[in-house]
Amino acid sequence: MVDARGLSCPMPVIMTQKAMKSKEDYYEVMVDAKAPLENVTRYAQSQGYKVEVEDKGGEYLLKISR
Amino acid sequence: MEKKNDKLFIIIAGLIIGIIAAGLAFLGNPKNMGFCIACFLRDTAGGLGLHKAPPVQYIRPEIIGIVIGAFVAAFAKKEFGSKGGSAPMTRFVLGFFAMVGCLMFLGCPFRMILRLAGGDLNAVLGLVGFVIGIFCGIFFLKNGYSLKRTYSLTAGEGYWMPILEVVIFVLLIARPAFIAFSEEGPGSMHAAVIVSLIAGLVVGVLAQRTRLCMVGGMRDLVLFKETRLLWGFIAILVAALVTNLVLGGFKLGFTEQPIAHTDGLWNCLGMLLVGFACVLLGGCPLRQLVMSGEGNADSAVTVLGLMVGAAFCHNFGLASSGEGPTPAGKIAVIIGIVVVCCIGVVNTYVKAGAAEEAA
Repeated sequence: MVDARGLSCPMPVIMTQKAMKSKEDYYEVMVDAKAPLENVTRYAQSQGYKVEVEDKGGEYLLKISR
Repeated sequence: MEKKNDKLFIIIAGLIIGIIAAGLAFLGNPKNMGFCIACFLRDTAGGLGLHKAPPVQYIRPEIIGIVIGAFVAAFAKKEFGSKGGSAPMTRFVLGFFAMVGCLMFLGCPFRMILRLAGGDLNAVLGLVGFVIGIFCGIFFLKNGYSLKRTYSLTAGEGYWMPILEVVIFVLLIARPAFIAFSEEGPGSMHAAVIVSLIAGLVVGVLAQRTRLCMVGGMRDLVLFKETRLLWGFIAILVAALVTNLVLGGFKLGFTEQPIAHTDGLWNCLGMLLVGFACVLLGGCPLRQLVMSGEGNADSAVTVLGLMVGAAFCHNFGLASSGEGPTPAGKIAVIIGIVVVCCIGVVNTYVKAGAAEEAA
């Protein structure tokens, strides 16, 4: 679980990138704005993962899996 | 959020912005300055009397348009929200010195693109410095640099910047005696208020929707091999270049370029400072302006830093002119690079106190 809430670009993507070095099949990333939501999604997809987004009232839980 | 549509959208937005930017220069704005966030904040600071440099005093409606456009777009998409609290003074200082760099080069990253599109080869050296500066920032990002989190703030906090822009728009229209208007020089050259305002609104909306950022392109390419933002940068360049060629605004060379000097080293170092500071800020001056319209108080403070920086530059003779950089300006740029380096080191390597670690 990566908690990237409140962090400005490109921090959320860097954190996701670092976490994903372990090459597991499932990650969760928490963000609280649209820009990092899009950026993390884009990065995960570029790495061959699928992304599901759960809207938690202004905060978003990204479920990244492959 | 289809990947292909995503890229296509920012390319189309970039093309529109490029045409508008080049077009504004033909409708009255200074040459190669359809848009320049640094110059326009500087002119606005002058219009409000924060500095007394007669040629660069004019409340620029483009700035007002960008903030309001971004505000409306963010509001409509339910993305507006009062946020802040991530190292505001550090952001102020980074904004201040980013402006020192911009006024050494005579343009923000946005105008750097427009200068390239106008055939001003001095901007190539600016671009070289800009890329080096971005790499300096990336070095710290890769090693853990962070200004920590923003938090939700009181509901009203995010409205200050849009309100401020409405107030200065009223001042622009009412023209009270204490608001300065340049009678000659760049500040006297401008498109009609309504044209500038609409151009700003369109750019504000497009930049908000696409998250367009001039430093983000290069940064994301290096960090993540992500090219989306870079396509926006390239699209602006191409569209402005073609528009200039069609309208006859293209002149290739180093000398006698509009509002530019030929000191290559200092063009390079000025933009190095800008690229470096903007990576540590998380976005270029345009992006800061847009985020200030989205309710981000940290970006609003950064914009104030840019404006105060501009005022100091002209009060202390730090800003370059067509004749070249000033000795004081050179010293200020060196100090800026050192300060930005220190900010990088402190926020990368100095560990937070025990209380914060536990929190």
